[in-house]
Amino acid sequence: MQRIVLAGMFGLIFGTGIALSGMANPAKVLNFFDIAGTWDPSLAFVMGGALLVTTIGYRFVLKREKPALEARFHLPANRRIDAPLLAGSAVFGIGWGISGFCPGGAIPALGLGEVSAWAFVGAMMAGILAARTSAARWTSAPRKPPEFRQGA
Amino acid sequence: MTEFTPVMSLLGGALIGLSAVLLMAFHGRIAGMTGILTGLLAPLSSDWAWRAAFLAGAILAPMLILGLSGQTIAYESPVPMAWIVIGGLIVGVGVYIGSGCTSGHGVCGIARLSPRSIAATLTFMATAVLTVFVVRHVLGGF
Repeated sequence: MQRIVLAGMFGLIFGTGIALSGMANPAKVLNFFDIAGTWDPSLAFVMGGALLVTTIGYRFVLKREKPALEARFHLPANRRIDAPLLAGSAVFGIGWGISGFCPGGAIPALGLGEVSAWAFVGAMMAGILAARTSAARWTSAPRKPPEFRQGA
Repeated sequence: MTEFTPVMSLLGGALIGLSAVLLMAFHGRIAGMTGILTGLLAPLSSDWAWRAAFLAGAILAPMLILGLSGQTIAYESPVPMAWIVIGGLIVGVGVYIGSGCTSGHGVCGIARLSPRSIAATLTFMATAVLTVFVVRHVLGGF
C-alpha cells in the first residue's frame, strides 16, 4: 500500500514538474527544436534542472545497499550501444519532431483534457504494442525482459 | 512564438529530478515514462499497481495546479490531428525499440552516466531538430 501511495505522490511531483516547465506544451517543445526559426531555449533549462538534481541525488541514493521499499535496485545492466538503441532513438526523435510530444510530456498533458494529447497517447500506446508484438514474432524466442544487476 | 521561461523551466526540471531521485530511493526504479507505461500494456506486468499510481499522479498534477492555485498551464498544439496520430505511432515504436525516452535516457540514464543513454539522447535530440527543420523550413509545414 505504502508503495502505491508513494508512487502516486512521486508521479504527482513528476507531473507538476512537467506542467510548470512547459514540457507538456507541444508548441514550446517544437520551438525548442526550431533553432533556425522561433527558437525557445527554455527546455534546455528543464534538462539542466532535472539533470542537476538527479545526478547529485542518485550519487547518494545508489550508494545505499537497497531502496527503502524493495530488495534491490532495478537498473539496466546493458551498457552496449547497439543498433536497436540508435535506430529506435532516431525514430523516436522523428516522431517527437513531428508531434511536439514525448511520452513524459504527453502523459501529464492528459490531465489538461486536451483532445490532441489523448490522441497522441492513444497512438503512442498502439505504437508500443505494435513494436512489442512484432519483436516477439520476429525473434525465435519471446523477447526477454532486460536483465538487471545491482549497482550497474 | 512561445515565451522564454528560464526560471519556471529550471524549477519544473528540478521537480522532475526530485521525482526521479525519490522513485529510485524508495522503489529502486528508473523514472522512465516508456518503461513505466509499457508495464501497463498487455501483457500486464505483475507490478502494475505502482506504475498505474505513478501515471495517475502525473495526470492529476495539472488538474491540481489549476484547482489549487488557479495557475493555467500553457498548451498549444500547432500540429494537425492526423500528424499527431502519425507522430504518436512513430514515437511508440521508437521508444520501445530504443528502450526509453527523454525521462528514462535523457534524465535518469545520463545522471547515471550510462553510455547507452548518452548515445540515445544525442540521437533523438538530433533527429528531432532535423525533423522540425525539414517540416518547418523545407516543407513549410506546421
